[in-house]
Amino acid sequence: MLKRLFAAIAVVAVGVMMSADLAMAEMVEMRSKPWQLFFQEPMSPTAEKVYDFNVFLLWVEGLITIFVLGLMAYICIKFNAKANPKPSKTTHNTVLEVIWTGLPILILIIIAIPSLKILYFVDKTQDAEMTLKVIGNQWYWTYEYPDHDGLTFDSYPVPDDELKEGQPRLLSVDNPVVLPANTNIRLLLSSNDVIHNWAMPSLAIKLDTTPGRINETWTHINKPGNYYGMCSELCGVNHSFMPIHIKALPKTEFSNWLAKAKKEFATNETQKKDAPVRLAQAATAK
Amino acid sequence: MANTAEAHHDDHDHHMPGFFTRWFCSTNHKDIGTLYILVSFIAAIIGGAMSWYIRLELAAPGIQYIDDFQFYNVLVTAHGFLMVFFVVMPAMIGGFGNWFVPLMIGAPDMAFPRMNNISLWLLVAGFILLLLSAVIGDGPGTGWTVYPPLSSQEYQPGPSVDLGILSLHLAGASSILGAINFIVTIFNMRAPGMTIHRMPLFVWAILITAFLLLLALPVLAGALTMLLTDRNFGTAFFVPGQGGDPVLWQHLFWFFGHPEVYIIIIPAFGIVSQIVSTFSNKPVFGYLGMAYAMSAIGVVGFIVWAHHMFTIGFDVSTRAYFTAATMVIAVPTGVKIFSWLATMWGGSIKFEVPMLYALGFIFLFVVGGVTGITLANASADLVFHDTYFVVAHFHYVMAIAAILAMFAGYFYWIGKMCGRKYPRGMAKLQFWVFFIGVNVLFFPQHFSGFAGMPRRIPDYPAPYEGWNYVSSLGALITMIGTILFFIIVWRTFYGEEAEANEWGEGATTLEWTVASPAPWHTHELLPDMTGKAPAE
Repeated sequence: MLKRLFAAIAVVAVGVMMSADLAMAEMVEMRSKPWQLFFQEPMSPTAEKVYDFNVFLLWVEGLITIFVLGLMAYICIKFNAKANPKPSKTTHNTVLEVIWTGLPILILIIIAIPSLKILYFVDKTQDAEMTLKVIGNQWYWTYEYPDHDGLTFDSYPVPDDELKEGQPRLLSVDNPVVLPANTNIRLLLSSNDVIHNWAMPSLAIKLDTTPGRINETWTHINKPGNYYGMCSELCGVNHSFMPIHIKALPKTEFSNWLAKAKKEFATNETQKKDAPVRLAQAATAK
Repeated sequence: MANTAEAHHDDHDHHMPGFFTRWFCSTNHKDIGTLYILVSFIAAIIGGAMSWYIRLELAAPGIQYIDDFQFYNVLVTAHGFLMVFFVVMPAMIGGFGNWFVPLMIGAPDMAFPRMNNISLWLLVAGFILLLLSAVIGDGPGTGWTVYPPLSSQEYQPGPSVDLGILSLHLAGASSILGAINFIVTIFNMRAPGMTIHRMPLFVWAILITAFLLLLALPVLAGALTMLLTDRNFGTAFFVPGQGGDPVLWQHLFWFFGHPEVYIIIIPAFGIVSQIVSTFSNKPVFGYLGMAYAMSAIGVVGFIVWAHHMFTIGFDVSTRAYFTAATMVIAVPTGVKIFSWLATMWGGSIKFEVPMLYALGFIFLFVVGGVTGITLANASADLVFHDTYFVVAHFHYVMAIAAILAMFAGYFYWIGKMCGRKYPRGMAKLQFWVFFIGVNVLFFPQHFSGFAGMPRRIPDYPAPYEGWNYVSSLGALITMIGTILFFIIVWRTFYGEEAEANEWGEGATTLEWTVASPAPWHTHELLPDMTGKAPAE
């Protein structure tokens, strides 16, 4: 009986330890898959709404397209010269014209209502728990944490010949931007040189980083994981070689990371001195 | 054009002008139209070659052929400029517009025949400058949208962007003068009895397009000049450090840029109306609706420009407005699609090659148009901006629909223009090859866009490989279809002689009442259209 009790405790203990491990290791990998037909899985409230709305739009658009195709097929079969040698002379039908003007108007209104609701939702958040500043450069990103003693670091793409095991090509960076999951984060975006665009498909973030301008949006990352995006505004020769990698950690782990990062990136001057060399590396990234 | 010369001798006693005078100093709307089509063909080959080279590189991840990324960006830029300004516009407005507007309204020529010629040669000069911009210096690696600061002297040093700006100045001037010519001609030179509401829909289309050109191009010219002075004369319109704003460029550019896409498609609408009516042997359904739908599209097209700028960070309520306004355009567009279908309904349809192309246009324009509804919504656009979904959308409406309409117009009117018939069988084959090719090329790009693949990149992460490979195969098929077309063009010159009206009783517009090839001077006696069946 004691054996059974010990066995039960052991099973439960192992179970707890394993689930803790799973929770730690349960980092989603958000990037596109080969032959992907549809969106990456939505991982933020914004993305969920945008995703659902787009599905709705596709249904409407698909039905319209099939309807037109069906009509055309019917017409080609019923009214070709052999089937209908004597053409009619009808050029008007007021009822029909009213319907094909009014019905599209109705459909568009039905589309516009959720569209605008979502637009206002995705624009900004009222209760941000932290702020991240993103600055675009040719051809890398700079991240600043104004709420955390101004922690700042650059995020350079990893050239092909320096990729480590498991690092996806053209999506890997040396310093991913680390953010807490399940937190409302205000994003402030700008640029040091030309217009770039900070994009994260799975979180439905896409906003230009423009010099002389600070753009604002927000996000809330539902699950810890690695999220990948690419610069989305032509910014020169290495436009396709400045990826965005967000590493979202559970809140406690984020605090741990912050402490380490402040020490690691405290020597910002060193970072800046390295910048010209880094730039040259990025420019030859293939 | 030996045939037109012979026909000419039947009509007049005086001599034809010599070669140089006839072709370089022309004041004849038909010859000028022919020259525009020739420019369009040449630009199409170069612009097409650029796009095939791009697709070759994009067929697989990694860099295989183009390791100079500035050159890649130049290809992307030049491809866009060539196709928009030097292929579609010259063919439809300069080419078919010049040839058939005077013929259709019963006018002997355009109102300003010499200015017509200036328009043509300004375009040729612009074309040469564009080609020079690509080979002098590093080339303009900015995209056809030329956004500063990337397009400023600091990030695109050298003369390339400046040459590109000057090229567009000349092309713009060409189109503005052409627009004036068309407006004056159409308002003042219609034959007696042909009221505005009795002129063919193609003429309506050109009239509306002319107004769009007149109002939109000067804004582009202003923006281009501002960029030129920023680059070379120390101004700071778009330089944030000195009080300027890059976003100002975007507003100015897209204020022109959106009407520009309607400038591209409205003539296509006109061509399709003529062809659908002819080959259904039935007048166009709802003539007034069609004419005013085009007008509505033109007018509303001026107040929707910022849907190209949804992610630049402008105010959410303004985004809401532009979403709503953009969706409004779907209504008159739908009226047109349904009216074409209603024209065919009850008709007696012959599936000649122009009609195949017109049917292809109607269906594929709907496909391209519905993805436009997605993009019109600023919230939905959040995941699509600057991805291949946008590339797929605009290629469906421009590279597929507008090009199909151009082919349709070519096959419809070539007999009238050169007096010979195109080889029927080969043209049907060419239609199917091209149709399949462009769909295999562009449909998979929707999927790349869903998956998040950005635009204007020479290389991409491995997962995007699949659909890119398929798309590049489609480019190969399209290339074959294009080569087939040029073989057909060649063979047409040796084809069967075309009669005055090769399309039968469905072809009711005035160009079919003159000989094929059309005599060098037509309508020297104005046809009397009073009491004749109205276009509706």
